[in-house]
Amino acid sequence: MLKEFQSASDEKSRNLSIQVIGLGGAGINAASHMAQSDLRELKFQALHTNARSLAHVGLENRVLFGLDMMRGLGTGGDPDLGRAAAEEEFEKLKEVCAGTDLLFIVAGLGGGTATGAAPVLARAARETGALVLAIVTLPFEFEGARRQRQAQAGFQELRSAADGVICLPHQKVSALIDENTSLLETFSITHEMLAQGVRGIWQMLTRQGLINVDFSDLCSVLRGRQAESCFVAAEARGENRAREVVDKLLASPLLDQGQALAEADAVLVSVIGGPDLTMAEVNRVMERINRQTENAQLIMGAAILPESEGAIGVTLVASRRGRQAGADLSVNPDNRLSQGPELAAAASEMENPFFGAPAQSRSAPRYVAPPPNLSAERKEQLYARQSGSGGGRSKSGLRWLQGQLPLEIVSKGRFEKSEPTLHQGEDLDVPTYIRRGIALN
Amino acid sequence: MFKSPSVIVGLEVGTSKVCAVVGEVGEAGALNIIGVGQSKSRGVRKGEIVDASAAGEDIRNAIVEAEQMANAEIRSVYLGVTGGHMRGFNNRGFHPVASHDREISQEDVQDVVKNAKAINLPAENHVVHVIRQHFLVDGQDGVVNPVGMLGARVEVDVHVIHGVYNRLQNPIRAVKGLQIEVEGVVFSGLASALALLSNHQKELGALVIDIGGGTTEYVVYSGGIVKHTGVLAVGGDHVSNDLAYGMKVPLARAELLKIEHGAALVDPEIRGQTIQLTSEHGLPEKSINLEHLRRILSLRMEEIFVLIAGELEAAGLLDYLRCGVFLCGGAARTRGVDKLAARVFGMPAAIGTSSSVSGVKSAIDQPEFAAAIGIAKFGSFEFKKRLRERPSLSRGFKQTLGQLFRGA
Repeated sequence: MLKEFQSASDEKSRNLSIQVIGLGGAGINAASHMAQSDLRELKFQALHTNARSLAHVGLENRVLFGLDMMRGLGTGGDPDLGRAAAEEEFEKLKEVCAGTDLLFIVAGLGGGTATGAAPVLARAARETGALVLAIVTLPFEFEGARRQRQAQAGFQELRSAADGVICLPHQKVSALIDENTSLLETFSITHEMLAQGVRGIWQMLTRQGLINVDFSDLCSVLRGRQAESCFVAAEARGENRAREVVDKLLASPLLDQGQALAEADAVLVSVIGGPDLTMAEVNRVMERINRQTENAQLIMGAAILPESEGAIGVTLVASRRGRQAGADLSVNPDNRLSQGPELAAAASEMENPFFGAPAQSRSAPRYVAPPPNLSAERKEQLYARQSGSGGGRSKSGLRWLQGQLPLEIVSKGRFEKSEPTLHQGEDLDVPTYIRRGIALN
Repeated sequence: MFKSPSVIVGLEVGTSKVCAVVGEVGEAGALNIIGVGQSKSRGVRKGEIVDASAAGEDIRNAIVEAEQMANAEIRSVYLGVTGGHMRGFNNRGFHPVASHDREISQEDVQDVVKNAKAINLPAENHVVHVIRQHFLVDGQDGVVNPVGMLGARVEVDVHVIHGVYNRLQNPIRAVKGLQIEVEGVVFSGLASALALLSNHQKELGALVIDIGGGTTEYVVYSGGIVKHTGVLAVGGDHVSNDLAYGMKVPLARAELLKIEHGAALVDPEIRGQTIQLTSEHGLPEKSINLEHLRRILSLRMEEIFVLIAGELEAAGLLDYLRCGVFLCGGAARTRGVDKLAARVFGMPAAIGTSSSVSGVKSAIDQPEFAAAIGIAKFGSFEFKKRLRERPSLSRGFKQTLGQLFRGA
């Protein structure tokens, strides 16, 4: 039965080459986890600066880079080193990615190799013409503020370098596990979730489905968007599986109580079921997801897997456009200045070490001034003056931005402690005029 | 004391007030309101009890007041329930007619309704109402009563209102804690519609919106049947909270500002007007821009209406509301709220009065009593149903006596 759809997928994927690159320690672990699962048909490669951990990984294609700089000992948690090593061997990275249509970069941000090299790798891959999707984890809060900051900065860069970034904050994973889950299990859960992200997209593209999604569909959603995405997957069995699976999906902490869906502008849904999957069930699932994501461009696929008889599985990727869509930004530290408000927004979306509370209670500030209309040169000048380094790349290459606290923290007053009234991801307890951004005075 | 069997009490444990309405079923079966009691509610947020002991006290106060006014003892009540967890939806059940002559019997009707009730709901949910809409016999639509008709298959459309069992039990337990029986529970929104709408209006189609302190309930009637119900856990409390936040005043002050200066529409002539707030010593403390106050309030009210209108539009019901919109609940007192509703829904809107019952005038005219009056009215229907089902006590007693004597 496996053969059956293998042949089907062969037919379809003949001119579509998909590669998964595990980058850095966490990345190669996750990639080798995927290589052992049902994703083994894909091409896997492991990239690392540390020869020792690379030697232990169970993947055939292994690439060690930065040998000159670090002598195969790793970056020691310094993203600058990781970046420098990658820049140095840019051509080598391009070779690694050559001939790939769709590249998944699997990495754990926060360390040295992945944080520094992932944006460079993404850029190299895009130069070879591949569509680049990064699936990354952000560190746990207990890993310390420095790692968080590194991860955030790396995430921002990666977002402007890759076509899409799917982000899985470890801290939110910890909401999925209970007291008794061991460390080992926790990591295998995150590995599995990363694998689900890859699998969801891969299956959607290659498997013969009731409703097919093409590579071009995916491109149209992702290309040039610099999107950041979150993804969830859920599975349910039994009589009410269509309802239960959506319930599970929406209850996932990764979706911020549906807020991520409401804000998404492109949503990819892949429904996988056994041969007993009915159209009515697909319809029911999609109807509910549709209701949550009214403003989004929805792309769906439904596929049949003989082995998932009696079950229904939904993988959902909700992506939110980076605000400077279309702009092809190179990884330049000065670009981060232009992303000032975005960084603040990102800081409020992520679990952030500065503001311990999760960010859903905070909405956009009351009034955001539009950017002034300036010519490109004038902008350059202004940025140069702001950065104080004359526009050239500073030696450190990466500078941390001073985090900005949101100017206005909207308190929900007497509803602070009650169950929030959510309507399509909007918290109705927050005053209407603030949510609408209507300026008084 | 002897009139207690026919005394029916509707109790609404609301977010801003607890309200008990005592009604009496007259000879003709019409409900007559003879007493009203109310008390400020402290233990309820968004329509659900968060402080059981405070809520218990408030319920007791309201009931004592109602007892005094009606000069009756209250032993049992009908209770209104609401909250953001409650949902309404339409469902269809079917049943094959088994008898030889294909005549639909009373049992068939009971079976089909029972089938319609068998809904896949999560285990913690509890069905509050199953309201029959209409029957279908062999696919023939719009049958009101199929008993005696011929057919092979009978179907029924019902409207089901359900909520989370534990959260529904909280107000019931609070009332039972006062040694008062709860005879039945009613969805508050449905009760408001019962109080406000005449049969004619139900037939033509109307939307009832009850904007309370913590929740807004809405019910659509069309063709004489309930088409749609819903709860939005947003109400007058949110307006006060918005004002407290936007005007930077304490919540209690915001509440007063809302009542004194609030209006649902922003008139152009108030631009630039300010309100001087004075401290308790009579000294000027702060001035507030009236336009901002109105704008904050207006945006919140408009949002409530827009959300409801959006849902009804999705259900395809907006075109069936030929009688327009009827507003009740405390927030219906906001100046201009009917005009705002008329604008959002694009149809006539009015503040509803409980015209279908008689009695204490001061209670019937108030939009905030509509739910409690409606609950009492629901109780009176139940009461009449029970009278019909079993012979009244006195008649039964007479018969027994008669039999005794005949036997002797």
